Amino acid sequence: MMNCKEANQLMSQELDRKLTWRELAALKFHVTLCDGCANARKQVSFIHHACKHAFGLEDEKK
Amino acid sequence: MTIDTSVLNALRPDMTRFAYLLLRDQHAVEDVIQETMLTAIEKQDGFKNKSSLKTWLFSILRNKTIDALRRGKREVNISTLSNDEDDGLEEVLFNHHGAWNMETKPNTWSNPDASFEQKQFWAVFDACLNHLPSQTSRIFMMREFLEFEVDDICKELNLSTSNCWVILHRARTKLRLCLDTKWFSGQGFQASRS
Repeated sequence: MMNCKEANQLMSQELDRKLTWRELAALKFHVTLCDGCANARKQVSFIHHACKHAFGLEDEKK
Repeated sequence: MTIDTSVLNALRPDMTRFAYLLLRDQHAVEDVIQETMLTAIEKQDGFKNKSSLKTWLFSILRNKTIDALRRGKREVNISTLSNDEDDGLEEVLFNHHGAWNMETKPNTWSNPDASFEQKQFWAVFDACLNHLPSQTSRIFMMREFLEFEVDDICKELNLSTSNCWVILHRARTKLRLCLDTKWFSGQGFQASRS
């Protein structure tokens, strides 16, 4: 199984590129078993959304 | 249509914040804002109200900021990146099996989206962004604020793709830790005391 360090690298990369089917499956499997990584993934994705909201432009992009 | 300059001026604080996060230089920021305002006034006939004024103005600002970045130092110094900015973060976070160390395992952030409504949150967010090492910050901002594709960032800065991924990962990890300390755990602490 992939370790937390590797899972963290992939959860960042999933914001920058399309993960392969295999990588995504391994990441999803890891986060169902590891709450630390599940939290880290939510936090990193929150930061990604925060950047989109930071200047109040998000609501206007339709 | 004619754009009221007072409307443009009202958007100045947000524009300044945006440009400063990317350029980190007050003079460069002032130049970029000035150029954006002038372009907006010159091209106001092109503004058709299809998009909001803010969106339109930010698209000009975005291009002016990219130009300013290009006028500045073009290439990222890779040796600076690997020496100064690799501070052994992963060794602190993970043990030698690659699992979380007890004290660095991430906790739940309660209702994080509610923070978007709070002015204080954005002050903390900006502070955390400004706290990133400058090269790391620039690459992160190009990705998240200027919405460059990773391949384009690499080309622009002469970095390998995997190098870019590592830098972006490092930026996100640092922001995660910064927000956790400066905002979310503080919040939790206050909530548990009240």
